[in-house]
Amino acid sequence: MREQLLAIADDELFLGWRESEWTGIAPMLEEDVAFSSIAQNEIGHARAIYQLLVGEDGDADALAFDRPLEEYRCAPFVELHLLDWAHTIARRWLYETADEIRIAALKADADPAVAGLAAKIDREETYHRMHAEMWHEHLKDEPRFRDAVEELWPYAIGMLPEELRADLAGRIGLTLPSDNLSQAHERGTHTDELAPMWEEMTEVRRSAPAGAQW
Amino acid sequence: MVEAEVWGLLEEIPDPEIPVISLVDLGVIRSVDVSNGHVRIEFTPTFLGCPALEYMKRAIEEKVPGAEVQVIQDDSWSTDKITAAGREKLREAGFAPPAPRLIQLQSQVHKCPYCGSTETRLENIFGPTPCRSLRYCDSCRQPFEQFKTI
Repeated sequence: MREQLLAIADDELFLGWRESEWTGIAPMLEEDVAFSSIAQNEIGHARAIYQLLVGEDGDADALAFDRPLEEYRCAPFVELHLLDWAHTIARRWLYETADEIRIAALKADADPAVAGLAAKIDREETYHRMHAEMWHEHLKDEPRFRDAVEELWPYAIGMLPEELRADLAGRIGLTLPSDNLSQAHERGTHTDELAPMWEEMTEVRRSAPAGAQW
Repeated sequence: MVEAEVWGLLEEIPDPEIPVISLVDLGVIRSVDVSNGHVRIEFTPTFLGCPALEYMKRAIEEKVPGAEVQVIQDDSWSTDKITAAGREKLREAGFAPPAPRLIQLQSQVHKCPYCGSTETRLENIFGPTPCRSLRYCDSCRQPFEQFKTI
């Protein structure tokens, strides 16, 4: 369970970082605001899960930022540096659809601390899903969007453990490759984009080991 | 110190982003327990990514010296926990209070906090903070901030 929670927290942290890269440069002001809020929520979810893992008095920041790169458990999907809006929205929609499935599983967890936090996260995710569905509705017939979804699909599959993948395929309306374990971009592997992202994310922290004050 | 006194002190702490309501109005104080002179306060975050959480925790610790403030990360807070007085204060300040969850699920009616009209439309699901959406009133032609129901 610890491994699974760490994977979700890492996904939320790195995806939150990626979404925040649209702040100020999204195609319209509404989306500047939306992506900033979504990023803030996702990073808040990561923080809460890290805190659960280290205990109330533990150092969540240390868990989030001080691990060697090979110990991060995020899926390659959230690392991709997408500079195109169709791909960005395709990832939002795929991510939220997959996230809903795994959060539902966590809500049923026997540990009340895990189930309670998952239920709290789910309340906020409702609005992310509304936003993703709104865009999906707008763009679903656009070839550029369809292509982006198909291109990202093998990455999206890698977000979920094998037993939840059929559900995702059904909701997205795409087929799971028969040997999806070899075709998916699996958790545990990383893209070349993780290192520069992590370096940027932790630059201030690493440059002021005693703690930055401002 | 008795529990009622602690509640009284907490009522004096304004929400850092919307200072018209207090932390008690906001419903984020889940419980206050005083035993053998030891004060224990359970505090539930609103939105997990809210940057005001640390600030609120510190404000409680300063207001009630010596209190143990425990942050509860479970699902016990929702916008239904905002008190009736808190909802009225929000409305007076021009924020549309969140619809109760039961009502929100049954109808998508959102009232303008200025004129009371229900002829309003969603402009953006997201707003200046994670807890608010932006709506526009077609009757009085005012944009307004709507608290999300969560």
